[in-house]
Amino acid sequence: MSGAQLLACILAVPMLGAIGVALTRHRPNLREGVSIAAGIVLFLLVATLAATISWDAAPTLVLAEPVQGLALALTPEPLGMLFALVASFLWPITTLYALGYMRAHHEQNQTRFYVAFAVSIGAAMGIALAGNMLTLFVFYEILSVATYPLVTHAGTDKARRAGRLYLGLLMGTSIGFLLLAMVWTWQLTGTLDFTPGGVFGDKVGSGMLSVLLVLYVFGTGKAAIMPFHRWLPAAMVAPTPVSALLHAVAVVKAGVFTILKVAVYIFGIDTIAGLAAADWLLALAGFTILMASIIALRKDNLKARLAYSTISQLSYIVLGAMLGVVAGAVGGGLHIAMHAFGKITLFFCAGAIMVTAHKTRVSQLNGIGRRMPWTMGAFAVGAVSMIGAPPAAGFISKWYLVLGSLDAQQLFAVAVIVISTVLNAAYFMPIIYAAFFKPEDPAQDQDAHGGGHADHGEAPWPILLALVTTALFAVLLFFFPGAPLALVQRMVAL
Amino acid sequence: MTLLDHLPVLVVLLPLFAAPLCVLIDRARPAWLLSLIASLLSLAAAITLLMQVSSSGAIRYQLGGWAAPWGIEYRIDLLGAYVLLIVSAIAPLVMVFALRSVEKEIPRQRIARFYAAMLLVFAGLAGITVTGDAFNLFVFLEISSLASYAVISMGSDRRALNAAFQYLVMGTIGATFILIGIGFLYMMTGTLNMIDLAERLPAVSETRTVRAGFAFLTVGIGLKLALFPLHLWLPNAYAYAPSAVTAFLAATATKVAVYALLRFLLEIFGVQFSLQAMPLDLILMVLGLAGIVSASLVAVFQQNVKRMLAYSSVAQIGYMMLGIGLASTTGVTAAILHVFNHALMKGALFLALGAVAYRIGSVTLRDFAGLGRRMPWTMAAIVIGGLSLIGVPPTVGFVSKWYLVLGTLEQGLWPVALLILLGSLLALIYVWRLVEAAYFGQPPSDAATLQEAPLSMLIPVWILVGANIYFGVYTEVSVGVASRAAIQLMGIEG
Amino acid sequence: MSGLPGLYNYWIAVFLMMAGFYVVISQGNLVKKLVGLALFQTSVFILYISLGKVAGGSAPIFDAGVTVYSNPLPHVLILTAIVVGLATTAVGLALIVRIQEAYGSVEEEDIHAQDLIDDERETPTQAFGPEDDRQ
Repeated sequence: MSGAQLLACILAVPMLGAIGVALTRHRPNLREGVSIAAGIVLFLLVATLAATISWDAAPTLVLAEPVQGLALALTPEPLGMLFALVASFLWPITTLYALGYMRAHHEQNQTRFYVAFAVSIGAAMGIALAGNMLTLFVFYEILSVATYPLVTHAGTDKARRAGRLYLGLLMGTSIGFLLLAMVWTWQLTGTLDFTPGGVFGDKVGSGMLSVLLVLYVFGTGKAAIMPFHRWLPAAMVAPTPVSALLHAVAVVKAGVFTILKVAVYIFGIDTIAGLAAADWLLALAGFTILMASIIALRKDNLKARLAYSTISQLSYIVLGAMLGVVAGAVGGGLHIAMHAFGKITLFFCAGAIMVTAHKTRVSQLNGIGRRMPWTMGAFAVGAVSMIGAPPAAGFISKWYLVLGSLDAQQLFAVAVIVISTVLNAAYFMPIIYAAFFKPEDPAQDQDAHGGGHADHGEAPWPILLALVTTALFAVLLFFFPGAPLALVQRMVAL
Repeated sequence: MTLLDHLPVLVVLLPLFAAPLCVLIDRARPAWLLSLIASLLSLAAAITLLMQVSSSGAIRYQLGGWAAPWGIEYRIDLLGAYVLLIVSAIAPLVMVFALRSVEKEIPRQRIARFYAAMLLVFAGLAGITVTGDAFNLFVFLEISSLASYAVISMGSDRRALNAAFQYLVMGTIGATFILIGIGFLYMMTGTLNMIDLAERLPAVSETRTVRAGFAFLTVGIGLKLALFPLHLWLPNAYAYAPSAVTAFLAATATKVAVYALLRFLLEIFGVQFSLQAMPLDLILMVLGLAGIVSASLVAVFQQNVKRMLAYSSVAQIGYMMLGIGLASTTGVTAAILHVFNHALMKGALFLALGAVAYRIGSVTLRDFAGLGRRMPWTMAAIVIGGLSLIGVPPTVGFVSKWYLVLGTLEQGLWPVALLILLGSLLALIYVWRLVEAAYFGQPPSDAATLQEAPLSMLIPVWILVGANIYFGVYTEVSVGVASRAAIQLMGIEG
Repeated sequence: MSGLPGLYNYWIAVFLMMAGFYVVISQGNLVKKLVGLALFQTSVFILYISLGKVAGGSAPIFDAGVTVYSNPLPHVLILTAIVVGLATTAVGLALIVRIQEAYGSVEEEDIHAQDLIDDERETPTQAFGPEDDRQ
C-alpha cells in the first residue's frame, strides 16, 4: 500500500468500525469484537505507516479543498506519528477494558458508547496526521462533538451540566479564539501548512505574534490550561473508559499536541524564544501545574484527583512548548506519550476499584491492595510514572523538560518542575501506602447499593489484562525510550 | 429558437401557469403532483441556466422580442443563476415534504389553493432572479409577497392570521418604498433596464433625487429582507406559518431580497456610489452586527422553537449585511456564500421542525423532551443543522464564517471578527438548549406511541442535511460561483 | 397654471403619502389601517402618472397635427402597480375577514390581548372553524 492509501485507511477504519458497531448492535459479543478488531487493524496500519515512512518525502492525502488554496489534507510528521501510535495502540486495550467495565457496571446504551468512541478515535487520528491547521481544526471540532455523548452518557442532571461545561468551554474557546487565530494567520501569511521553522518569517511584528500565540494557546481549550480547565474535572462524570482513553490520552493530548504543533510548525521554536507572550504563557503554565497539583491534593474523589493531576501534567507539555528551546519541545513531545501510559493505567485502576469494590473515594481505599494486588500494583507503577521517578516512563520526559528549562535559563520552570514533583508524590503516595499498609476499615465499606462488598476480589479479567499491559508499557518505555525519542528528535531536526 | 433559448422565461412561466391549474383541479393530491412536477422542471431549467451562464457569460432574453428600452429584458448573470438555483432546489424538496405535512396542518379543501399560492411564491422569487428590469422586479416581488401573505395565513394557529396581516402591512410599505425609489431613478434616467440604469446613473448621481431614490430603495428592500431593525414582521410570520411554508420562506424569500439588495446597490448604483459616496457600508455593518448580537440574544430566550429559529434567521441576515458592508470582494463573497449556505441550514432545520410538528402538533421546547430517542433521525438532522448554524466544521456554516472572518481581518477589523464569533457562541447556546431538551428531557408519559416521521419527510430533510456537510467540504461550486459573482459585482466600477 | 407652484403635484403626492402612513400607524382598526395603506400606495401612483406629463403635450394617441405627446410609459407601469395595489387590498381584506372569524374583532388591541392569552396557554386556538373541514 502506498502512503496515501495507508492514510486513507487510517481515517476510514475507525469510521467503518463505528458503522460495524452500529450494525451489530443486537449482538453484544460481536459488537465488541468488531470494536477490538477495528482497533487492532488501526494500530497495525499506523505502525506500518510509521515503519515505512520516509520523512523527506512524506505522503499527502488531500481530502478536499473547502477554502480556495487551503486543502483538507493529511500529511504525517514525526510528532503526529507518535501521537497516532499512542492513541491507536491504546484504543483496542481500552476497548478490552471497556468490555469488562461496561458489563460489570451494567451501563445503558452501550452501542451508542462504542460508536461515539470509534468516531472519537477517528477524529484523533485526523488531528494527529493533519497536514495543516485547518485540517487539524476540523477534526478538533469533530472530536469535541463526538465525545459529547460519551461525557453525558449517564443522562443524569449532573451529566447534562458537565456536558454543558464541556462543550461550552471546548467549543467556545476554539470558535472564539482558535478560529480567529487561524484565519488571522491565513490572512497574514497565506498558508496554514505545518512548516518546520514556522510560517511567519519576518513579515509579522512581534506584538502581533504575541497576540496570536495567546489566541492559539487559549483557543486550544482541550489543553486544559487555566482558566479554561474546568471542563476536565466535570467530564469525569463519564464512564471510566472514556475518562481513561479520551480524557487522559486522546482529547487532552489532542489539545497539547495542537499547542506543540503550533509552537514548532506555525511559529517555530526560535520565534517562540523571542516572544514576550511566551514568557507570560510559561508563567501561566507553571501556575497551572502548581495550582492543579494543590487542588488534586485536596480531592478525595479518586477520579477528580486524577483529573487535576492530568491538568497539571498537561501544562508540563505547554511549558515545554513555550520554553523556546529544542530540548523543551522534545520533552513536551515525549511527555505526550509517556504521560499517556501512566495516566491511562491510573484511570483503569480507578475504574477497576469502582466496578469491583464500588469505591470512588481515596479515603475508602484502606487495605484494598491486599484484595486487589494486581490493580493496586499497576496503580503504583502509574503513580511513579506521574511523579517522574525511575524506573517509569515519566522520568524520561521530565528529564528533557528540566534540560530544556536549564537550556533556556528558566530557573522558574526548573523550580516549578521540582516543586510539582514533590506535590505529585504528596497526592499519590498516601494512596499507595493506605492501600497496602493500612488495615481495612469495615465502617467505610458501605456504598450506594446499601450493602457491603467486603467479599470482593480482583477485577474481571479483561480489566486486569488491560491495566497490567499499560502498566508494563509505562515501565518498558523507561528502559527502551528509543522509538518515541527518535520520532520527537526527528521533529525538531526537520 | 429552440426550447433551450426560452429557458429564462420558462423557469418563471412553469410555476406561474401551474398555479391556476392547481386551483382548477381543486383536489389535493393532483395539485400536489402538479406543483412537484412544475418545481422539478424549474430546477432542471435552473441547473441548465447556471451551467450556461457559468461557461458562456450572462444570458439576455427579450420578452416578446421587444428590444431593451421599451420591452422587458430578462438577464441572468452568475449571481442571478446562483440564487435561482437555490430557490428552485429548495422548492421541490419542500413540495415533497409538504405532501404529508400539509395534509395534517391545512383543511383538505384548501390544499389545492395552498399549492397554487406556493407556486406563485416560487414564480415570483424565480422571476426576481431572472429579470433585468427594475420595475419588473417590483412586480415579481409583489407576486411572491402577496402569495406569501396568503400561505402564511393558512397556519393552523389563529395567530398566523394576525402575523400575516402585520407582514402584509410592513411588506406593502416596503414594496411602495421600492416603487418610489424606482420611480425616482426613472425620472432621472428615463429607463428601467438595469444595465441602462447602471450606465446612466453615474452622470446624475450627485442629484438629490437619485439619493432619495437610493434611500427609498434601501429601506424598502431592507423591510423585505428583515434587516434589523426592520425585522419585526418576521418572527411571528415564521412561527405561525405552516411548517412547509416556513421552511420555504426562510430558505428562499429573504435570500432573494438579499439578492435584490446586491443587485440595486452594487450593480445599478455601483460600489462607488453605494458603499463609498454614501455611508451605507458603515450603516450595513453596524445594523448587521446589531442584528447578529441582539437577535441571537433574543433567540436564546424563546420557548417556541420555530420562533427561536426565526430570530436566528434575523441574526444570520445580519451576517450577510455585514459581508456587504465590508465592501470588499471577500466580504461580498462571504455574503453571497452565506445566502447559499444559510438556505441549506435553515431549510434543513425548519423542515425537521415540520416533521416534529407533524408528530407532536407543536414545537415548544417542552415538546422536545425525550425526542432524541423517539425520533432519532429527525433529531439527528436538527443537531447537524444546528452545528452548521453554529459554524462547526465540516459544515457549510463553518465555510461561511471563515470567509466572513477573513473579510473582517483583511481590513483589520478584529473587534468585528470577535462579535461574529460571539454570535456563533450565542448560536451554540440556543441550539444546545434544544439538544439538551431532546436528549435529556423526560418524555411525557403518553408519548409511548410516538414514531419517527414518515419517509416522505425524512428524505428531503436528509438531502438538505447531506448538502450541509457536502458543501462544507467540497466548496468548488458554492464558493467558486459566489466569488466569481462577487468579483463581477465589485468589478463593475473597478 | 402659473398661479400654482411649479411642483405642486409632488406636494399632493407627499401629502397623500404622509396621510396614508399616519393612518396606518395611528389606527387600531384593521380595516382603517388597510384604507390608509391603500392611500399610501395611491400617492405613489399619482406621483408616477404626473411624471409622464410633458408640458403642452397631448394624450399619447397618434393623431395628425400633434407633435408633442405625454410619456405613456409611466401610465402603463402604474396600471400594473394599481393591479398590485388592488390585490394587496383584496388579500388584506380577506385576512381581516378571517381575523374577524377567528378573534371576533378587528381591533388591534383586542387581537393583541387575545394573542397574549394564547401565548400563555398550552394549546393553540385553531384558525379554522369546524365547518372548514367539510369536504
